[in-house]
Amino acid sequence: MTASRLKTGGRINREETITLTFDGRPLSAFQGDTLASALLVNNETVVARSFKYHRPRGIFSAGIEEPNAMIQLGDGSRTEPNTPATMISAYDGLQSFGQNAWPNVRVDFNSVNQLFAPFMSSGFYYKTFIGPFKGTRFWMFCESVIRRAAGMGQAVIIDDPDCYEKKNAFCDVLIIGAGPAGLAAALSSGRSGLNVFLVEQDEALGGSLLSSPAGTETDDWLKGVIEEINLLGNVKILTRSTVFGAYDQDIYGVIEKLWDHVSEPPADQPRQCYWRVRTKQAILATGAIERPLVFGNNDKPGVMLVNSVRTYINRYAVLPSQQVIISTNNDSAYSTAFDLVKSGAIVTLLDMRTDIPKQLLELVKTHGIELFSGYAVLAAKGRRCVSSAIITAIDAKGRAAGEPRTLPCDLIAVSGGWSPVLHLWSQRQQKPVFESEKGCFVPVPDSLPTMKCAGSVLAVDDLKQTVSQGFAAGIAAAETVAGAYENGDEPIVPEPQYADGWGRDYCPLWCVTDSTGKTLGKAFIDLQHDVTRSDIDLAHREGYVSVEHLKRYTTLGMATDQGKLSNINAMSRMAELRNATIPDVGTTTFRPPYTPVTIGSLVGAETGLHFAPTRLTPMHDWHEKHGAVQMDVGAWKRPRYYPENGESLRDSYIRESAHVRNGVGMVDVSTLGKIAVQGPDAAEFLNRIYVNGWKLLEVGRIRYGVMLREDGFIMDDGVTARLGEFDYFMSTTTANAAKVLALSELLLQTSWKDLKVHVTTITDQWAAIAVAGPRSRELLTRATTGADLTNETLPNNYLTHADMSGVNIRIQRMSYSGELAYEIYIPAGYGFHIWEYLMQVGDEFNLRPYGTEAMGALRIEKGHVAGPEIEGRTTLKDIGMDGFASKKKPFIGSILKNRPFLTDPVRPSLVGLEVEGGQDILAGSLLFSEMDEAKGHGDGWVSSTTYSAALKKNIALALLKNGTERKGEKIRVIDFLSDTTLTAKVVSPHFFDPKGERQNA
Amino acid sequence: MLRINCPVCGLRDETEFTYGADASVTRPDMNETDVNAWLDYVFNRDNPRGPHQEYWHHVQGCRQWLVLERNTLTHEMGDCRLAKEVSK
Repeated sequence: MTASRLKTGGRINREETITLTFDGRPLSAFQGDTLASALLVNNETVVARSFKYHRPRGIFSAGIEEPNAMIQLGDGSRTEPNTPATMISAYDGLQSFGQNAWPNVRVDFNSVNQLFAPFMSSGFYYKTFIGPFKGTRFWMFCESVIRRAAGMGQAVIIDDPDCYEKKNAFCDVLIIGAGPAGLAAALSSGRSGLNVFLVEQDEALGGSLLSSPAGTETDDWLKGVIEEINLLGNVKILTRSTVFGAYDQDIYGVIEKLWDHVSEPPADQPRQCYWRVRTKQAILATGAIERPLVFGNNDKPGVMLVNSVRTYINRYAVLPSQQVIISTNNDSAYSTAFDLVKSGAIVTLLDMRTDIPKQLLELVKTHGIELFSGYAVLAAKGRRCVSSAIITAIDAKGRAAGEPRTLPCDLIAVSGGWSPVLHLWSQRQQKPVFESEKGCFVPVPDSLPTMKCAGSVLAVDDLKQTVSQGFAAGIAAAETVAGAYENGDEPIVPEPQYADGWGRDYCPLWCVTDSTGKTLGKAFIDLQHDVTRSDIDLAHREGYVSVEHLKRYTTLGMATDQGKLSNINAMSRMAELRNATIPDVGTTTFRPPYTPVTIGSLVGAETGLHFAPTRLTPMHDWHEKHGAVQMDVGAWKRPRYYPENGESLRDSYIRESAHVRNGVGMVDVSTLGKIAVQGPDAAEFLNRIYVNGWKLLEVGRIRYGVMLREDGFIMDDGVTARLGEFDYFMSTTTANAAKVLALSELLLQTSWKDLKVHVTTITDQWAAIAVAGPRSRELLTRATTGADLTNETLPNNYLTHADMSGVNIRIQRMSYSGELAYEIYIPAGYGFHIWEYLMQVGDEFNLRPYGTEAMGALRIEKGHVAGPEIEGRTTLKDIGMDGFASKKKPFIGSILKNRPFLTDPVRPSLVGLEVEGGQDILAGSLLFSEMDEAKGHGDGWVSSTTYSAALKKNIALALLKNGTERKGEKIRVIDFLSDTTLTAKVVSPHFFDPKGERQNA
Repeated sequence: MLRINCPVCGLRDETEFTYGADASVTRPDMNETDVNAWLDYVFNRDNPRGPHQEYWHHVQGCRQWLVLERNTLTHEMGDCRLAKEVSK
């Protein structure tokens, strides 16, 4: 192309020159340029390569609808792929790169793809790799090649250096778009004194008025209105802000791009702000977007939207070309034609209509433009960009009539009509209507009481109507909120002219073909996803006739531009193929976001430690100070092991667990859920939720309980203590604490509201420590003041209170490890002190702390079930505890636990495994008998594994089909992910001290 | 983000609440022994398009269970009452 900067005019700041780069080449521009206008004026014609075929692409438009000029912006941790060059403000030091090409967009070796084009039509991915090859091997091989080639830009994989902010805002009237309609609405509603938000995507206010030559009458209007709005004081204006989503109950998502127009934000400033705006009334003044015509090679660099050319001339003072051919089916192209001539270009205008308004014909003559009426562009020609156009006379169907001619040019500017930007309105589940006169879908006014529309979004004909509608909408919105008020006069705009840029007298021809109805070369409908008219035809032939299927099969409208330029043309073709009307074809659902939104802005400050709360036990600092390696258990931190002298995890837990069996150890168990169950009906409540009985549990006793889900599977287990006549202290697993509490509250407030019971969470109010090992009784006797902890006074499963270092604590004699053991309950505020005190007193007994890993090793040796065995897929019968359930009273799940599916004898049951060969096995490994083929899910799975210090071997708990009858059998343990196979012997899960003698000592 | 009118705390963002269960079904009596009654309660649900009665838990507020009428198509929120006060 032969682009040049016009010597005067434009809305750029010629005082401030800036330098930016594209693919390393320096470009000179002015403050006020976009990256697109800078690329254009520097004659960077090829700025991208298309998605599938890697065809060269140039800048197509001047706005948010840009399908082609997708740029990789920036470098390093701030790089951003797929940014439309038209939406990037040019700034000094801006680095931009072409994407989706190798080695670069000018010379892309991937363009060899075009040779494979016949095999890459719509849906090729579903059809190409099936047979004759066996299985999916060949497909997976092609897949790995396709994956590397697919996608557009490069995603960032290093940390985002910027921070983002989220804000909640409330207003009375939200105005979306600050073009003439939006500004008029802001003025009229603002005069009510209500809280008004005006949100504009661009950096400047004015919308379509910014595409008029600088200094015209509309500029005076613009200046005056903006000034008056600012003086009102109650209109908040957000620029560089896009309303991306309209949601139920009138809340809107807005992204404000605070610092995207500089290379990096000032220190400690958020780069973008995500606003959640709740409003009482909204006004949609988002305008309309021009759409292209479809003809052969209509994607070539040098083909642009007509109104965008006008924007480049009048806003950026860039004349894209000296030799221009315009092809149009409505009036709007004419003002561009005249602006081009005034800027020194030679223009040939092809109007598809034969009936052209007389006034336009006169203006064409005075401007010295050659006009071909009843003509259109049949195909663009040129090697990498447009160098000529094949033009033809057309019939009423858009088919060539007569001999085509070739005219030299390097810009083909096209206008196929205008499409209102009604996305936000549609997002609220509203169905637009098709206006065939204007060839577009429009919102239904008043269908949504809280969203009014005004201006080009309603496909009005001129500026005057736009302003009037905006002004009226502003009044209507404000009055709905707060009643009548003095709204003043409408700001008068200049009278409409012919060739004022408005798309009147639309003619529904959108596609130009030869006389047989075939396009001359690939004719693109969705430019970004490389979807041609013949792709739509193919999909239709293959039966994908509904608009939902056709969209997904061809991927039309699914790129980052979401079909902004392609939807209407695609539906027109579908209507032709089905012999239906466009409304019959229907639209797919519009969903947020309207334009891409960064994840960082949606996250705001909720990153790192702010993503979720971290829960610490009262003893946390002691664990940290003594070198504990902590792990995440939900939101909690728990010590996993306490390595000494650089021990590994394995060495550490083996040492710790051996020490518990041989001496005494203690572990922080504060994270387990604790619930106070209190009231006259407390025992009845426990009876209903647990499978076992509670009515005969005396004060001072504790009991283990298991609860089921409503469907009969095990849900949770824990120990409950009876502290008083109506006072029970229940515990749950760490993971299920909240779930059990919520379920209890639900039942007590609904089906069981007749029960006199309160449940209260007391997890954070109590610290808990398990002291375990043969010397635990000695230690605790020494640590307490005068407590009698003999076997006669405090047998297993009894509790007592005692004084320890001046604190009144509770001691529950119970064992998880299988050793003589106690759990100490301490008011949380004293937890740290008591732990330290015990360590001090325990020095004499060689007390050592142990973590969750050792705790796990100990309970696995005893065959006690825990999370991995009761993960929601197992029943009481599976784990061999069906006898534990009462047969005398109903409880949650009591009926459904006996359904045939759950009592089937082939269900996996709990067994122990002794692994041969001294190797660690992985939990989750699958079990196979020695004869069976190692395919499918096998006979069961390994649930928990450990190295047993007591038995000096690797052991595991597992769920095995018919497990109870297979004791002694040798089975294979296979981990398919690491491709390892081990052998193990099936044994009882109670490996160590099966009679429980040690805990009863 | 929707808002729910908690009878105790007033109009609050939905993020303070958790959906619990379908409030249009009644849990059988504890002493019910007919397995079909339980199967129906645990596994079968209508899927109405329109107003729906639901149990919601105001976890980050009063912690009360509520019966909320929510329109499954439009998300319009109807009555919101304490579950305790809704006779079942």
